[in-house]
Amino acid sequence: MTAHSHKKDWLFTYVFSTDHKMISKQFLFTGFIMGFIGMLMSTFFRLQLGWPGESFEVFKMFLGDWATEGVLNPDKYLALVTMHGTIMVFFLLTGGLSGTFSNLLIPLQIGARDMASGFINMLSYWLFFLSSVVMLVSLFVEGGSASAGWTIYPPLSALPQAIPGSGLGMTLWLISMTIFIASSLLGSLNYIVTILNLRTKGMKMTRMPLTIWAFLFTAILGVLSFPVLLSAALLLVFDRSFGTSFYLSDIFMGGELLPYEGGSPILFEHLFWFLGHPEVYIVLLPALGITSEIVSTMSRKPIFGYRAMVGSMMAIGFLSMIVWGHHMFVTGMNPFLGAVFTFTTLLIAIPSAVKVFNYLTTLWKGNIKFTPAMLFSIGLVSTFISGGLTGLILGDSALDINVHDTYFVVGHFHIVMGLSAVFGMFAGVYHWAPKMFGRMMNNQLGVAHFWLTFASAYGVFFPMHFLGLAGVPRRYYTNSNFPLFDNFVDLNELVSIFAIIAAFAQLLFIVNLIYTAFRGPKATRNPWHGNTLEWTTPVEHIHGNWPGEIPEVHRWAYDYSKPGAENDYIPQTVPLGPDEEDEGGH
Amino acid sequence: MGVTLTFIAIVLGIVAVVYLLRVFELSAIAQGKKPWEVTEEEGKNQARLMPVFMIAFYAFFIWQIVHWGPYLLPESASKHGEDYDTLMTITMGLIIFVFFVTQTLLFYFAYKYAYSKNRRATYYAHNNKLELLWTGVPSLVLTILILFGLNTWNEIMQPVNEEEEHVLIELYAKQFDWTARYAGKDNKLGRASVKNIAGTNALGVDSTDIHANDDKIVKGEFHIPVGVPVQFVMRSQDVLHSAYMPHFRAQMNCVPGAKTQFNFTPTITTEEMRQKTGNPDFNYILLCNKICGAAHYNMQMDIIVESKEDYEKWLAEQKEFNPNGKNANNINEKEIKLAQR
Repeated sequence: MTAHSHKKDWLFTYVFSTDHKMISKQFLFTGFIMGFIGMLMSTFFRLQLGWPGESFEVFKMFLGDWATEGVLNPDKYLALVTMHGTIMVFFLLTGGLSGTFSNLLIPLQIGARDMASGFINMLSYWLFFLSSVVMLVSLFVEGGSASAGWTIYPPLSALPQAIPGSGLGMTLWLISMTIFIASSLLGSLNYIVTILNLRTKGMKMTRMPLTIWAFLFTAILGVLSFPVLLSAALLLVFDRSFGTSFYLSDIFMGGELLPYEGGSPILFEHLFWFLGHPEVYIVLLPALGITSEIVSTMSRKPIFGYRAMVGSMMAIGFLSMIVWGHHMFVTGMNPFLGAVFTFTTLLIAIPSAVKVFNYLTTLWKGNIKFTPAMLFSIGLVSTFISGGLTGLILGDSALDINVHDTYFVVGHFHIVMGLSAVFGMFAGVYHWAPKMFGRMMNNQLGVAHFWLTFASAYGVFFPMHFLGLAGVPRRYYTNSNFPLFDNFVDLNELVSIFAIIAAFAQLLFIVNLIYTAFRGPKATRNPWHGNTLEWTTPVEHIHGNWPGEIPEVHRWAYDYSKPGAENDYIPQTVPLGPDEEDEGGH
Repeated sequence: MGVTLTFIAIVLGIVAVVYLLRVFELSAIAQGKKPWEVTEEEGKNQARLMPVFMIAFYAFFIWQIVHWGPYLLPESASKHGEDYDTLMTITMGLIIFVFFVTQTLLFYFAYKYAYSKNRRATYYAHNNKLELLWTGVPSLVLTILILFGLNTWNEIMQPVNEEEEHVLIELYAKQFDWTARYAGKDNKLGRASVKNIAGTNALGVDSTDIHANDDKIVKGEFHIPVGVPVQFVMRSQDVLHSAYMPHFRAQMNCVPGAKTQFNFTPTITTEEMRQKTGNPDFNYILLCNKICGAAHYNMQMDIIVESKEDYEKWLAEQKEFNPNGKNANNINEKEIKLAQR
């Protein structure tokens, strides 16, 4: 081997890799770096909300002219809020979560050598990387980054006169998201094709692990809804740059009448939420799939109601496409339409309830091993319940009137979607680190990370419901301008303190992850005694995943503690005994 | 200085965590076990933390209710708001009930079924009757909730009956303040468009419309009479805003290029509410609840609810848009049409 080709090998192994396992790690680290930046932003604006108007050294250091003499500027507060939302929803929880685990687990769990198209997979990552870079660059341009909220409603997002961030910062936001959508579509198409076509012999759809089902539904939702966001963004680009009036009409600003006529910002809201609501489940379903797998493995018990779990995910996925209007109850939309969206929205509670009770029944009479992955999965079930229940209030058009756009909403979606998805992601990393790095993550640090995160996250988001019920609007730079809200000064401080604790707790995870990746103790082939195919691959990564033939699958993935079996697990590759019935097969 | 120290502390913290990690590993090796393995005793400890966390969590919840509960919004000050509050109470009761039941089961199961090598988990893969139970019961409960909710929604969104006595007010939003425009004696708002904005005519009222002459434009605070339905029409001249009046359980977005509306009947005067809340400075407020720019957090207007007599007295003191113009009430339909041409 010449030195030249060795160099080339390095480039194509670690950088322009087409191997799904490497791409998975690339998504993981890019996603986590973005997530870390997003978290840092939230601690910054929590400092302002907890102690409004105070000067902070840390602002002088990091925020420069975004904070005059260390006091955060009101419009830059909105810039931070906007970028926090964008980064967390799209870059951490869509690209990072789905990109990491769909890539890692789809080929390994269905028994494929790699993704259907390794090249498209690589392209998907590099577009994701590019969009992340553009999004971060937008923080440094004149006028600051996009500041109209992560939902970028026009006219605020369309007109630089309305807020400085709607200048170049917003243009870069739109470019970044366009690239991101391309990345997401390439990834999703690849996942769907791989799952449908590359399953190994015996891996019937009804034998697929729930993770794979979750990734499949996630990818389908992405393919159906992201193009709509793309068109919404393109029309916004036209309005911003080419003088069209898709979203704008009758605007008088800065002392002059603007020439836009005939458009409607409500059109944008419809297009945005047509993606925006399925997006919630694009974020959540992979986390639910991951925890279904972990709860079953670590309870040493089959997941209860496998078919109901698949059915409920399918129902959630379908319903999520027809509920977007519940974000728009008070836009002046026809009340009859509001009634229809109330109906479809509240229906989602049924499959969600099925999932929760199935999780609980899986734990019942189990033999639970409390690995960090299992702890985070239990945490997810808890947050999924707490956050999901308040959805019954927000999804009801009548009740939404008074809590719409208040902190009640902030509390609700951070718990049900933010925390649940992040917990699912942590659980996945702790559980599959042996497959990603061939090394094991430290248990004690993981446990400490869980309890600190779990307790402080509830400390951050639970009190927000009280703010919302008192009528405090979200996205306010400070609540101190209303005597009505003066009684909540201590609440805001408490939330900020918990937010800072939660941020520091993540250091435990970062140290653990980086240490594990390079120095952690070597993994064994099947450390958790799991049934799925990824545990039959060698610890060292090899191209093509299995050294010889791809193993054949004979049973579903959840034969844990089956009566009559010697071990408390039976891998999917073990043929059925003469009297045995396959639970997944029928 | 403080920041530098914090950074040094963070760096030292990270180093400490790394060493801690090494200590965990070495002690595990010394004990002859794999460092990542959860021993039965460690598992039991985690299981014991579950009910401890649960109790702390519930205590935190109850503490919050006791501590902040009194500062939530007082009883509704509007007619439909009473139905709103009833629906909210029922839904909230249901939510809290389900919350406690499911969370308790979750933490209890986690505590009870911690790993023991002497035991095997029960192989229990499915049970259609149970699935039916927890599909059926939520469906039933939700059907009731949906019907109740939609009924309330339809009543709230019903426009004011034009025949009945009512007050018509336009809420006009711009970055970053509110203006209220009263329809005046004829109870009809004059036409308006951002195209007419010029000089002192900040709302773009069409001065050729005879209905506009008696319109009254007020800033800072606006008054409404108790017991009379108030029909609001919302407009915005620049970006999206939202007219949020939390005490009346009322909210509607203000959309540039379109008119939106909302109505309610106030039931409690400002004075009565001051007594009820024991706060002599209490005021109803209108605030902006849709991100609208840098000063979004300070876009507000006071609302005064008072007796019909006081309201009429106050309104009489407000200046008409065009005091010298003809009043639509004093001329007949034909003349109005002519004048509007």
